[in-house]
This record gives sequence, structure tokens and C-alpha cells, in this order.
Amino acid sequence: MFYRESGDFKTSYAKDQQSFPIKLDRYWVWIVLAFAFFVVPFLINDYWEKSVLIPFLVWSMAALGLNILTGYCGQVSLGTGGFLAVGAYACYKLMVAFPGMNMFIVVILAGLITALVGIAFGLPSLRIKGFYLAVATLASQFFLIWLFNKVPWFYNYSASGMITAPTREVFGIAVTGPSADSWATYLFCLILVTVFAFVARNLTRGRIGRSWMAIRDMDIAAEIIGVPPLQAKLSAFAVSSFYIGMSGALMFGLYLGSAEPGEAFGIDKSFLVLFMIIIGGLGSILGSFLGAAFLILVPVLMKNIMVGAFGWPADLAAHLEFVFIGALIMFFLIVEPHGLAQMWRMTKEKLRLWPFPH
Amino acid sequence: MSPLFLNTLEVILNGLMTGVMYSLVALGFVLIYKASGIFNYAQGVMALFAALTLVGFQKGQIPFSHLINAIFGTNIHHWGDGMNTFLAIILTMGVMVLFAWLLEKIVLKHMVNQAPIILFMTTIGLAYFMEGFGDLMWGADIKTLDVGLPSGGSFWLEDFTIGWAAEGTEYYGMYVDVLDVWAAGIAVLLVIALTLFSQYTKTGRALRAVADDHQAALTVGISLRSIWIIVWSLAGFVALVAGIMWGSKSGVQFSLSLIALKALPVLILGGFTSIPGAIIGGLIIGVGEKLFEFSIGAMIGGATENWFAYVLALAFLMFRPQGLFGEKIIERV
Repeated sequence: MFYRESGDFKTSYAKDQQSFPIKLDRYWVWIVLAFAFFVVPFLINDYWEKSVLIPFLVWSMAALGLNILTGYCGQVSLGTGGFLAVGAYACYKLMVAFPGMNMFIVVILAGLITALVGIAFGLPSLRIKGFYLAVATLASQFFLIWLFNKVPWFYNYSASGMITAPTREVFGIAVTGPSADSWATYLFCLILVTVFAFVARNLTRGRIGRSWMAIRDMDIAAEIIGVPPLQAKLSAFAVSSFYIGMSGALMFGLYLGSAEPGEAFGIDKSFLVLFMIIIGGLGSILGSFLGAAFLILVPVLMKNIMVGAFGWPADLAAHLEFVFIGALIMFFLIVEPHGLAQMWRMTKEKLRLWPFPH
Repeated sequence: MSPLFLNTLEVILNGLMTGVMYSLVALGFVLIYKASGIFNYAQGVMALFAALTLVGFQKGQIPFSHLINAIFGTNIHHWGDGMNTFLAIILTMGVMVLFAWLLEKIVLKHMVNQAPIILFMTTIGLAYFMEGFGDLMWGADIKTLDVGLPSGGSFWLEDFTIGWAAEGTEYYGMYVDVLDVWAAGIAVLLVIALTLFSQYTKTGRALRAVADDHQAALTVGISLRSIWIIVWSLAGFVALVAGIMWGSKSGVQFSLSLIALKALPVLILGGFTSIPGAIIGGLIIGVGEKLFEFSIGAMIGGATENWFAYVLALAFLMFRPQGLFGEKIIERV
């Protein structure tokens, strides 16, 4: 009954090829976006901003990036934390060097710088694959974090070795630093994430996305039918790092406010993003958002229940959270290796036939 | 001999010892990978879990006491003075076997015929689960583990080498931790035992058959599921040994699980499928990172041990993608 294609006539090629060909899907997207843009900024308070919405948006961006690399191009990467750090430090250096620069430009430039670093660390992928590549990407994780710890130029020779975001503005409205309003930071993140989610969606539907998927499904066969593996793999690394770098910049500038590389961008962050795309769904834009929402919201919820309602000690709650998330990942991989996105797809299929299942 | 040469020698010696410790963890990986094609990321956490359980038994802690106290408002923590080390090791081994059995029953049974990368991710989930579970069971505080192995510097070696340097130079002899020497000895014994087991026992032959070809092994009547339980128990045993060694060396704490990450470049160097490869890879990484830190590390800020192993493995992979002793990767369309 829902999600039916019938009655929705496409009269032009543009309509036939639009992002969301089913009417109901389209309405959903518009409703959600309208709610996020026009309702949430008026309701938002500091708690919701700092512990739910901004983390969700920032991690969604990181998950989008990793999903492009791992989900679409099939290259498993454990170096996400390192690339997040590159984004954060690039953002910091740009913010300090050009105080008057529009923050949007800063974040995008930080992404571009990370893309260059990503290409450099993506070079080994041309020779090695699978587990071997996953381990090789660990090199980027550990080396980059070490670099940011050891070279004082990156943190402007500050005594603590930390980087702290100064106040920066977009069209006269502060979005970073302690004086920024909740709605401003939220909208800033939301605009970037929305725009680049659409970009990612269309990239993956187009020629580049198809070449990535061909490489993922079988790289030798793809090479034989004329997909250049060099361009496909490196472009996947570049685009993925671009997203992850922007996420790192947002994470540092808007979410954390100050950062220390080993703490904020450690190996556990790489795994967190990997879990997001596994739970959300490999090779799905929607899945990146679902996975990020799940892994950000569930811990907040669990913490509120266990510490807030039951009054348990916080360390106990943290351990239970580990157990729960670990069990959940195994559960998902057993029941639905394709994640929440696949569940949503199946629900849609069921809704389409409902109430006559045949 | 000049002190610099002797110092270098000492660094190499210590690197070898560290390398052996890496190999201990890497061995567990190779065992599981060979028998089931699963790349077991949880190996390091298994070592942590085994060490935690061992300490818990030794000290007589009540499992989950923290959780029980939080739920029921009680205040329990120990049930006595603990037990004898030997008994505790046996019991811990029992726990690891139980764990292997449960894992097969609950998780792995469903994962037959899944893509290797899915299996790999499952073990990452498993690692998270066990990390939380171990902490929940025994508490997250740093514990000391003492199973009666000697530790500290070897005076004998120090006295023996002190006269080696040329006259008039300042040299105080070599420093080697006795515990490391013990660890090396135990690792050698372990490798010999594992090799004998896989070559000369019926179960060992079955293991190798499964590793060779799952389907062919099934057709000759080998039970895949019991083999998996055996393999995971064996990996649990190796994890216990590694846990004891690392635990005695640096205390039982969360960072123990990170040695699993260090074992990864070892595996890459040695190849995923080769037991001697795991040993030699471990030695190369151990010596390499110690030498690099000694010679170049100081110039560029130190703490290069954090990443050197990975970069070395990465550079190595460029020339030999299947590792030193791995089987040649043949790809077909």
C-alpha cells in the first residue's frame, strides 16, 4: 500500500533518474529535512546539542566517508582516527592562520588537505588488499597520531600539547568557541552534512560510484572490463578522506572544542566508525546515518538509564556498554550482515505489499 | 669492543626477547586462521581475559561482584584467600575451553560460509564484548600477576659482559630481563608442542585437514564444529600463556589487549598461515623497532615504537604481498 511505484508517472529523464524515485520516500526526506532545519533550531538546548545532535551529525559525516571507502569500494580501513586527526589539525591551523576566513571554507579546506593525505596512504591499496590492507592502514593511524604529538608546529607550540578552537564566525555569527550558540553550531553542521550527503548519494549513483562498486565486487574482473583500479581506488581514498577530514574538523571545532590526538582520535575511534557502518549497512548512505544514530544514541540512552535511573556507578555502566555493543555487533552480523539499511529496505518491501503479502 | 657496539648488541638482544612476546600473540592468530579462515582480532583481548581470570582465581575474587553489589546493594568482593597458582591455571584453562564451546554454540555456528571480512568484523565485536565482560567480571583496576616466574635484570649476564668493553670506557654490562628469557623459553616449548600436536596426533591431522579443505574434511567424517571448538580452545591456551607472560611483565590491564594490534604487523611479515613465520616475523619486528628507536628514534622525538612496526610491515608488503612464508596468493576471476 505504501511505497508503490504505480501511479507515479515519470515524464522526463530527469524525473526518472532523481535521487528518490518513489514519491513517499521523497516526502519523507523533505519532511525530515524541514523538521531538522526549521523546527529543531528553535527547540534545541545545550544538552541536546552537545551530547546528541552534534555528535550524531559529526559521526554521520565520518561514517559517510568510511562507507564510501569500505562499503562502496571494498577497501577496509582502520585508519579513520588518523584521518580525523588530520582534519582537526588542518582546521586548527587554518583557523589560526586566517582568523577572518568563513568557517565553511575552513572546514572544506581541511577536508581537501585530508584528501591529499588520504591519497598518500591509499597508495599501498594498489598492491595489497583485504586484511593486509586493513593492517597497513593501521600504519596511518599510529603514524599520524604520533606525528601530531611530536611535532610542536601542529599545535602551535602550546605548552599542554592540546589544540583549542578559537571563536570563528560565519557571516557574523559565531559557530565555534565557547560563545557560540547551540542553534548556530547545529545549523552549521546540519548544512554541511546535508549538502555532502546529497553529494555522496549522487557520486555513488554515478560513473565514479559504479567504478568503486565494480572494484569492490571483484577487482580483477573490473580491471579486465576496463575500470582503471588506480583511479577508482585512489579516488575512493580521496573522497573518503575528504569526508572524514571534514568530520574531524567539525569534531574538533564544534563538538569537542579542544583536542589531544591520542585521546580524541585514537584507534578506538577508527573502530567506532567501522562499527557504525557495519550496523548501519555497508554500501548505503542511509545506513551511515542509521549506524551513527544507533551508536551515538544507544550509549547515551544506556547511560541515562543505568546511571540516572538505577544509580549504578559510571564505570560499571561503561563496561556494560562494551558488552552490549559487542554483543549487538555479533548479533547484527549473524542476523543481518547488511545492517539497518537492509532492514529498512525489507520493511519498505513489506509495506509495499501490505496488506496483501503476495 | 666499543661500548656503542655492545649497546647495539644489547638492544638487539632485548628486541629479540620482545619479538618473542609478540610471536606468542601472533601464534594464536595463526592457529585460528589456519583452521577456520577466521582472522581473530579478539586474540589480544582473549589474552587479557585469561590473565584477568587467572588473577581473579589466584586472589579469590568473586566474579561479577561489582555488578552484584550495584544491583543488590551488598558489599562482597572475595570468597577467601584464593587458590594455588597451578590450580588457578587449570581452572582458567577450563574457563577458556568453556568460552570456546559457548562461542561456537552461540556465534560461529551461524557464521559458516560468510565472507572472511564479515567474520573478521564479528571477532572485533567479540573483542569488545570480552573486554567489557572481563572488566565486568573481575573489575577494571590494574592488577599484578605473579605466577612464580623470576623477573628483574640478570646479574649473571651483567657480570659476564662487564669486562667486554675496551679498557677505560664506561660500560656496566648488558641488561636483560630474566622474565623475557623465560618467556622466550616457554615460547619455544609452545611452538614445539604445537608442531608435534599438529603433526603426530589424530586431532592435529584433522585440524590440518580442515585447514586444507573444509568440504573434503567433512566428507571424510571430520566434525567441523568440534574442530572449531578445539581450535578456539587451543587459541585460548595460547592466549593464556601470552596473558601470563605479558601480565607478569607489565601488569594485567586494558593495554594488554592492544598487543593484539602489535601482533598484526608480525603476522603480515610472517604470513598468516605459517607458524615459523609468526616467530620470525615477531623477531624481525621486535629487533627492528628497538634498533630504530635506538638509532633514529631519539633524533625525531622518540616513542617511534608506536608506529614503526606498521610502517615496516607496510613497506614490506609492497614487495611481498603474501608475507615471508605465506602461501602465494593466486587470484582467479
